[in-house]
Amino acid sequence: MQYKALIVDDSKLARMVMASAFRRLGPEWELIEATNADDAIDVIAAQAVDIALIDFNMPGIDGLELVARIRKTHPKMPLAVVSANVQDEIIGRARELNAAFVTKPLTDEALGAFLSGAVLRLKKAAQ
Amino acid sequence: MKIDASELSEIEQDALAEIANMGVSRAASSLRRMVGEQVLLSVPAVNIVSRRAASRMVERGHSPKLVAVQQSFEGPFSGRALLIFPEAQSLELVRSIVGEEHSLEDVIDLEQEALAETGNIILNACLATIANVLRRTMRMSLPSIVRGDGDTLFDVREESNDGLVLFLYIDFTIKNRDVRGFIALLMGLPSIAALKDIVRDFIDGIGRQTAAGHVG
Repeated sequence: MQYKALIVDDSKLARMVMASAFRRLGPEWELIEATNADDAIDVIAAQAVDIALIDFNMPGIDGLELVARIRKTHPKMPLAVVSANVQDEIIGRARELNAAFVTKPLTDEALGAFLSGAVLRLKKAAQ
Repeated sequence: MKIDASELSEIEQDALAEIANMGVSRAASSLRRMVGEQVLLSVPAVNIVSRRAASRMVERGHSPKLVAVQQSFEGPFSGRALLIFPEAQSLELVRSIVGEEHSLEDVIDLEQEALAETGNIILNACLATIANVLRRTMRMSLPSIVRGDGDTLFDVREESNDGLVLFLYIDFTIKNRDVRGFIALLMGLPSIAALKDIVRDFIDGIGRQTAAGHVG
């Protein structure tokens, strides 16, 4: 089963790093990129996205606010907030919104752990 | 004043902003542990400007009386990292760190030392993250405190310093406290050239890892 992941980050470099990790860990994933929250909302409204990985510190709407908005229409979609900002409030808010927190600089271990959990949830939801 | 487009490519600017953002986000997390309140960050700005223009950027919207903790760094590229805030807020910052129970006199006594230590933790968190991401080693000097306007902080008045600098900055606010300031990195032209090479290596490395199926 091919799944579709949305990567939301204003930095092209960060999207490249994420895409590179995906190609190592899960080359079967289809990736879609968005550079800000508004684009991400448009993508999710237009097509069936399975999971999203969302940068926190972006111009305009920040990553946590984007997660909150996605949750209104997609209460169960596996989501991760990706940031070097490991403050309790940020991680705590991500948890409240039922989103994972993946630290930057990104490691394969951290992304791999999130993806494994996400695939389990997607399979369970499909049963 | 900005001439960044001619000096740095779009992907280089993007990479520097992203790497600085990781550094400052880690630094903010350290500051958050020290003050017990959330630290809010802006998105990073990357510019190649004169020192005078950098000076005006940090003075904008603030009183020109600033206090900064600064540390020099050396390695494949060198420069200065500064934690800057309006002088009027430095006591409030120190009080946030040492706790409300201390008297104003205690806080004044502690100010210099507390600022140096705070700066040291925050700037090290920032620079160590940047060094790790770029896989380079950087040596850092001990922190020192500078007081004055933006021109004093950035040595604008020294004649040898009329060239352009790479200026990265992010502003921060401590929630529920009247404290805001900047974290700034300043590097001269030779370092910009070295940094461009390192960033290029880093970007190329992302592609190579994929091609070789390398797990990094």
